[in-house]
Amino acid sequence: MTRPMTMAERMLAAHAGLDEVVPGQLVECDVDLVLANDVTAPMALRTFRELGATRVFDRDRVCLVPDHYVPNKDIRSAEQAKLVRDFAHEQGVSHYWEAGRAGIEHALLPEQGVVGPGDLVIGADSHTCTYGALGAFATGVGSTDAGVALATGRAWFKVPETVRVEVTGALAAGVCAKDVILHVIGLLGVDGALYQSIEFAGSAMRALSMEGRMTVSNMAVEAGAKAGLFEVDDVAREWLSGRCERPYVEVHPDADAACARRVAIDAADVVPCVAWPHLPSNVRPAADSRDVAIDQALIGSCTNGRIEDLRVAASVLAGRRVAPGVRCIVIPATPAISRQCMDEGLAAVFLDAGCVLSTPTCGPCLGGHMGVLAAGERCVSTTNRNFVGRMGDPASEVYLAGPAVAAASAVAGHIALPDDLD
Amino acid sequence: MRFEGTVFRYGRDVDTDVIIPARYLNSSDPSVLARHAMEDLDPTFVSRVRPGDVIVAGENFGCGSSREHAPVALKAAGVSCVIASSFARIFYRNAINTGLAILECPEAVEAISDGDVVSVDTDDGSIRDETTGASFSAQPFPPFVAQIIQAGGLVERTRRQLAERGGRA
Repeated sequence: MTRPMTMAERMLAAHAGLDEVVPGQLVECDVDLVLANDVTAPMALRTFRELGATRVFDRDRVCLVPDHYVPNKDIRSAEQAKLVRDFAHEQGVSHYWEAGRAGIEHALLPEQGVVGPGDLVIGADSHTCTYGALGAFATGVGSTDAGVALATGRAWFKVPETVRVEVTGALAAGVCAKDVILHVIGLLGVDGALYQSIEFAGSAMRALSMEGRMTVSNMAVEAGAKAGLFEVDDVAREWLSGRCERPYVEVHPDADAACARRVAIDAADVVPCVAWPHLPSNVRPAADSRDVAIDQALIGSCTNGRIEDLRVAASVLAGRRVAPGVRCIVIPATPAISRQCMDEGLAAVFLDAGCVLSTPTCGPCLGGHMGVLAAGERCVSTTNRNFVGRMGDPASEVYLAGPAVAAASAVAGHIALPDDLD
Repeated sequence: MRFEGTVFRYGRDVDTDVIIPARYLNSSDPSVLARHAMEDLDPTFVSRVRPGDVIVAGENFGCGSSREHAPVALKAAGVSCVIASSFARIFYRNAINTGLAILECPEAVEAISDGDVVSVDTDDGSIRDETTGASFSAQPFPPFVAQIIQAGGLVERTRRQLAERGGRA
């Protein structure tokens, strides 16, 4: 009988070939997937070459997704994307997608069934923690870690302590998954779960769709966490059914597993909220943010670019127009989601409202392209970070919100709730 | 390794977007990245920093993006060591992997002022503020992490393992 373990401990023990692990222990693990994108892969490939490696550890366990600066924004980006493309072809990497089939990595991989429960995933992108929603231990690393793992299929980890966040009760109408995670980050602070793994639980969390859970897990890193995990339940099983390309293993925590901290939240206390500049923890009710005039609204990203998010945005924008002087940029996160937007009539709603409807890209979230801000401009954004200069000039401002608030703000010209609109 | 340099002092939650803004991530050339290090937090940094200088900052240094360009840019700009109250976890890994010296020492962060000259011994974690004469001891690295540093970084360590085992590490 081993000691009671949390989800993170169970998954790291399993991948280290150990019966049990304890927080603080350093372990070397076999990883199930290694991920990198067009910004981080070039450095990872340099590491791979420096090692003298000639073949990736497993061509079916490597994911290379050009998503940040594609379609190529300039010559240098094109050269980086080409490096990644050439490597993928040289190595016969099976999980490589070209622009037109590629999407934002953290929407694309779950959608395509590449990640499954129980997987240990490292990605050279901090929002790799998104896959915690599927019950995978997934965490962001740098390019050197990714490059080494491309060659060896292995990585080292410090077993994290666990913070269990339980949200109980029912969320009020108009309160979304983004509001829940912003509320949590507001409580914990941007380093409140530093070096730790979060387990999300409670009736309000179980009531979230898979899209909503991915929004929550996605931003675990914004509280400093290494991972943000959900247990697999019937909602997850149904979503995964027929989608997951490999057999998967459900990992559940022991009821008596020791947690470093337990945070109890009443769902009734969560309201539509906005994270003001310049930290994701700087959270205030959207209702107290109406004085903020905006120049741009961005609806998309690995946080909120999934079909459910776009349906919510379209329900607010239907029959309305984006305010004069405001740009509203809508970015479906994958080609399949773009297709759904067309099939469900959402694309027409966005275009009729005067939105920009973009091809999948991370572009504007990190001030890359497709919606960069000038000095003094303000953007309400469904993305994940509002640091100084995140979306453009260091004198611009980003306000993080859910899709309903972002869409309502685009129409009002200032931060607004859907109920504020005529 | 021993370093001596002038301190550039910053606050808490210094994120990787200000250490190296994403608009420069269309390159991974250290010399290109170095020209823009800390640009959105301190536009004068690059013109003032000299080889060996030290950054001292509060909690959660390097939070945000996983971009390894951040420690690479600092190192290429001449920064010898970052002393912080705590580091965001991906930055911590990336600094160790890329050979940027880092030390966790809240007491030193509290006491050291911008512009002080400090000497740092990254082997034993000792920090001395040469301007005030105060001395501090940073948290030692866990043995496993110290091994990576002693091997000359993760790449060197892995290369040796691959050579020893004649294939997979």
